Amino acid sequence: MTARSLVTLELNGERREAWVFPHQTLMEVLRDDLGFTEVKYGCGEGLCGTCAVLLNGESVNACLLFAIQADGCAVTTVKGLSEGADLHPLQRSFLDHGASQCGFCTPGMVVTAYEFVREHPRAGREEIRAALAGNLCRCTGYVKILDAVEAYVRSAEADGSP
Amino acid sequence: MYPSLFDYAGATSWPQAVQLLQEGGEEAKVLAGGQSLVPMMALRLATPALLIDVNGAGDGEPRRESGRLVVPALTRHATLQRSVVVRDACPILAEAASWIGNIRVRHRGTIGGSVAHADPAGELPCSLVALEGAVRVLGPSGERIIAASNFFQTYFTTALEPGEVVTAVEVPVIASGRGWAFLELIRRVGDFALVEAAALIDLDDAGQCARVRLTVGAVGERPVDLSDEAGAVLQNGSIDEASAAEVGRRASAAVDPPDAVHGSGAYRREMVAVYVRRALLAAAARAGRGGAA
Repeated sequence: MTARSLVTLELNGERREAWVFPHQTLMEVLRDDLGFTEVKYGCGEGLCGTCAVLLNGESVNACLLFAIQADGCAVTTVKGLSEGADLHPLQRSFLDHGASQCGFCTPGMVVTAYEFVREHPRAGREEIRAALAGNLCRCTGYVKILDAVEAYVRSAEADGSP
Repeated sequence: MYPSLFDYAGATSWPQAVQLLQEGGEEAKVLAGGQSLVPMMALRLATPALLIDVNGAGDGEPRRESGRLVVPALTRHATLQRSVVVRDACPILAEAASWIGNIRVRHRGTIGGSVAHADPAGELPCSLVALEGAVRVLGPSGERIIAASNFFQTYFTTALEPGEVVTAVEVPVIASGRGWAFLELIRRVGDFALVEAAALIDLDDAGQCARVRLTVGAVGERPVDLSDEAGAVLQNGSIDEASAAEVGRRASAAVDPPDAVHGSGAYRREMVAVYVRRALLAAAARAGRGGAA
């Protein structure tokens, strides 16, 4: 039997450790071992985007990365974008626009949109649409999701603080 | 589903990866970006006993070396897209990379993994054959460089021998004046391509075709090089709607794509004609007279 290894993560800004088998994905360890259940298990094949987390600031499929590979890395889940009960403006915009139906895709949508707007602070609706094309919403609530992200871009522009 | 159990070994250099591969034998697989291998493991289509993680064996960024662009194996697709060096030396690679999967896949997936995986619908294999690129591999008996045209053999099968790993990909720098295009047909963003076409065109001083490279992907067991067919029509002639369409018809006749969920073989064959025509016209539009040739 393969031995476990100790993996250290900077998880939403806090140092966390977990003993993991090599075959355990980051998604599995985050959910089942560390209790970060906001990371959802969707397709398990990298297609749906609901397990998206930021690995050292870049979005990855947590279902396709073995936890052992993330040793020493900073991992940010959707919860890491807010400060306690203070939602990130993008999260607030999702709430304000009703951009969540069953909510299963929402963590990945928010993480993906957060990264995209960070990199493209003046993005227009079509660019946002293209950027979110890799995230599936099976409720098909895409219009309100786009509304939410677009409004966030506009408000961040207005504030001068994307 | 979850991957089955395996042993894990991290390689911090390519020679170490080769050594680990030799020790691991047939049950060992190389893990790079993992965006194709890990889904296969999750579906239990692949159940390697040992994964050799080469992510620690990295050696730098894409760079120019005497007229060639050398792309280290661990270069992520997102880097191919963004790299100023790549966009300047070989923009078709940046364009091809932009069609791969989704942003998360492009953050992790690597060029070395893509070529070693040799998916017939892969964007990078199709481009590399058009570019007359080559794959650098390291194995127990040393390094060798394999032309892309020989590297991709059939479905998910390459010229790699047991114990060999891909360390880099190299392509000729696209000289200014050489027109290029990479197009593909997909039903939804991130899908596997139904048809891919990569074209490179040099025009002479009179604006006639001096040289053409044309490859189609996703329609056979490996990228199909149709440069001779294209040259037979276009050489020393003008590239216009009529001549590009004629190459499209010949390309269509030269391939026999299988039926797929998102398109019948007959449909994909028709689309080869369309995408070849469009790729040739797009490449010609980018080409400058008296260019690279």
